[in-house]
Amino acid sequence: MVKKEMIAMLLAGGQGSRLGVFTSKVAKPAVSFGSKYRIIDFPLSNCINSGVDTVGVLTQYQPLRLNTHIGIGIPWDLDRNIGGVTVLPPYEKSANSEWYTGTANAIYQNLDYMESFNPEYVLILSGDHIYKMDYEVMLDFHKQNNAEVTIAVMPVPMEEAKRFGIMITDKDHKIVDFEEKPENPRSNLASMGIYIFSWKTLKEALLTNAEQPGLDFGKHIIPYCHAKGSPLYAYEFNGYWKDVGTLNSYWEANMELIDLVPEFNLYEEYWKIYTRSEILPPQYLASDSVVEKSIIGEGSEIYGQVYNSVIGCGVTIGAGTVVRDSIIMNETKICSNCEIYKAIIAENVLIEDDVKLGIGEEVDNETDPHIYNHGIVAVGEKSVIPKGITVGKNSVVFGETSAEDYVNGSLPSGKSLIKAGDKQ
Amino acid sequence: MAGGNNRRIKELTQKRAVCAMPIAGSYRSIDFALSNMSNSHINKVAVFTQYNAGSLNEHLSSSKWWDFGRKQGGLFVFTPALTAESSVWYRGTADAIAQNLAFLKNSHEPYVVITSGDCVYKLDYNKVLEYHIEKKADITVVCKDLAPDVNVDRFGTIKMNEESRIEEFEEKPVVAKSNTISCGIYVVRRRQLIEMIEKCAEEDRYDFVKDILIRYKNMKRIYGYKIKDYWSNIASVDDYYKTNMDFLNPEIRNYFFREYPDIYSKVDDLPPAKYNTGASIKNSLISSGCIVNGKVEDSVIFKKTFIGNNCYIKNSIILNDVYIGDNTHIENCIVESRGTIRANSYHKGENGIEIVVEHNDRYVI
Repeated sequence: MVKKEMIAMLLAGGQGSRLGVFTSKVAKPAVSFGSKYRIIDFPLSNCINSGVDTVGVLTQYQPLRLNTHIGIGIPWDLDRNIGGVTVLPPYEKSANSEWYTGTANAIYQNLDYMESFNPEYVLILSGDHIYKMDYEVMLDFHKQNNAEVTIAVMPVPMEEAKRFGIMITDKDHKIVDFEEKPENPRSNLASMGIYIFSWKTLKEALLTNAEQPGLDFGKHIIPYCHAKGSPLYAYEFNGYWKDVGTLNSYWEANMELIDLVPEFNLYEEYWKIYTRSEILPPQYLASDSVVEKSIIGEGSEIYGQVYNSVIGCGVTIGAGTVVRDSIIMNETKICSNCEIYKAIIAENVLIEDDVKLGIGEEVDNETDPHIYNHGIVAVGEKSVIPKGITVGKNSVVFGETSAEDYVNGSLPSGKSLIKAGDKQ
Repeated sequence: MAGGNNRRIKELTQKRAVCAMPIAGSYRSIDFALSNMSNSHINKVAVFTQYNAGSLNEHLSSSKWWDFGRKQGGLFVFTPALTAESSVWYRGTADAIAQNLAFLKNSHEPYVVITSGDCVYKLDYNKVLEYHIEKKADITVVCKDLAPDVNVDRFGTIKMNEESRIEEFEEKPVVAKSNTISCGIYVVRRRQLIEMIEKCAEEDRYDFVKDILIRYKNMKRIYGYKIKDYWSNIASVDDYYKTNMDFLNPEIRNYFFREYPDIYSKVDDLPPAKYNTGASIKNSLISSGCIVNGKVEDSVIFKKTFIGNNCYIKNSIILNDVYIGDNTHIENCIVESRGTIRANSYHKGENGIEIVVEHNDRYVI
């Protein structure tokens, strides 16, 4: 009989709506990160580096990019005869058909998948964090404590603790209580959304709570296990871990990669991060190019100036163009004599000559100030910005825009230009 | 054909076969022939290796990079082996095929493309095959006109009549009669090849060019197929250097990197190239995994190279995984892979290209 000690279930179905236009066509785990990677590469690489070779990826929202990226798992060595990576979308059943209504509901709907590997432990992961973690060490901790549920936690500054799910533990790391986004936190150990369940406990909890609408790990399953008296333990993690759920945190996490010795180091031999690389050639830097404090992906051609930026693969930056403090994703073309300041530009964008992005005063975004802030200019995938346009701060451009879409050739700070038809 | 070594390429093949020589930052020489095969929908490929095949075998460790991992066909690697019939190395190109004739006999494909792994080019072999059929040729030889000033004494030179039938074929002539050279790419019917190879083996002849092409040129219908696109052989230091530097030319770069079809290679999972404060790069190719702190001009930097502060690198090729210490000057050089160049050193090729092989202790950073 097939037997795997621990299998992983990776929740990759969420939209990540706080990333605005960047997740309007792609699920958040498929958003590119750090030039050549996508967010899901980090948990997938952690799995294979930790010896977990069976991973179910639960998809729901806009799965195309995610599906093509994962394929049969070759880049992560997850193309296996037994196990490997399996993409698990919601499916129709004879009695009822439903979407994944919550994190635990998604897992519940795939009980058969998990059962087929006859596991002892199930690792629950989410596809939207940047970190390197050895899940095997966490499993050892789980076994040593005879835990039924182990929750990975990390200490956060006390003042930020109220943004997280907080675990209160005794001196043996056993969880005695927990609170969701508390006003006055009693501890600073924040849940990272990474759980190890003993299979029997998980199965029993899922079956018992199957009828609960929007079945969620944090809201229902963990409280249920705690109330039942199952031993819950907190595994403290002190490495680099970054939630990239908002545009600003996404921007910051990218910018941390260009430090002289980055806290999150991609250049270590140990614990490699794998990704699907479709573009192989080296990058070309022309005679008049200036590149400082940046990382650049394969096949890009730089004729202009790039400072403090993260540039993807197959990107062209034309002569006379200056790019500062920006993130530019794969296959985007920026023509000549542009000025780009603190912009996040998605894949396959065309920016024509003499365009200026991120100019002027900072004004709150008129429609989505909670998404577009910190002065960032956001440009969605496959957008076109025609020649000579100036775009302000906290603004969004999405779609194939033409000169008529702009008043006096500019889009002032705080405005959104999302062309009808592309709107999601 | 990937077994060869060549003394013209000096120290660089001490540790690898010519076909495994790194090219254009991210590739190895054999990638071009293999990608051409894959892009021509040839899905059964045999690679003959012999000389110093370690690096090459490592590169060929999986056939999936070139999309050869198929149930029908696939990538076969033939290294000389001791058998009941044979206990010798491959004594020549024809001998390599003769020693593995069973593979050819057991195949059912009607035609065979023979090519060498030390050339950089893009070619749809189907076009050569169409020409071969149209001319009712026995063997078709792909050839190219080189510029009149190029020394052709290490190639086979060809003279064709007005119908493109080959009339003269000279291998490595001292004084060449023509500047049309054979690219080492041949199309031949499988049964025809088996017959000629068997005859050759009986007579203890081992070389495809000398003992088949040249001997049969009047008896068999041997035609030349001229290519006009980029083609370069890398089997001498100067040609190797020049071929790499050719990729700094935007036309050649676009032809190989951006025009369909692509060239494939083994994926190395390296992070993006990183440029720190103080880096200055002019007209150069930089590969993934590099960390650059110094100045680089008119050079090709291969994967995973570290370039320290205040370095100055000009007109040079730095192969994979080299560590260059601070304040180093490198000009007109090829730096061998996995080398560690000490800080404050000075290397300049005065008359031509200098090959730098240095294995100092590497500081761990």
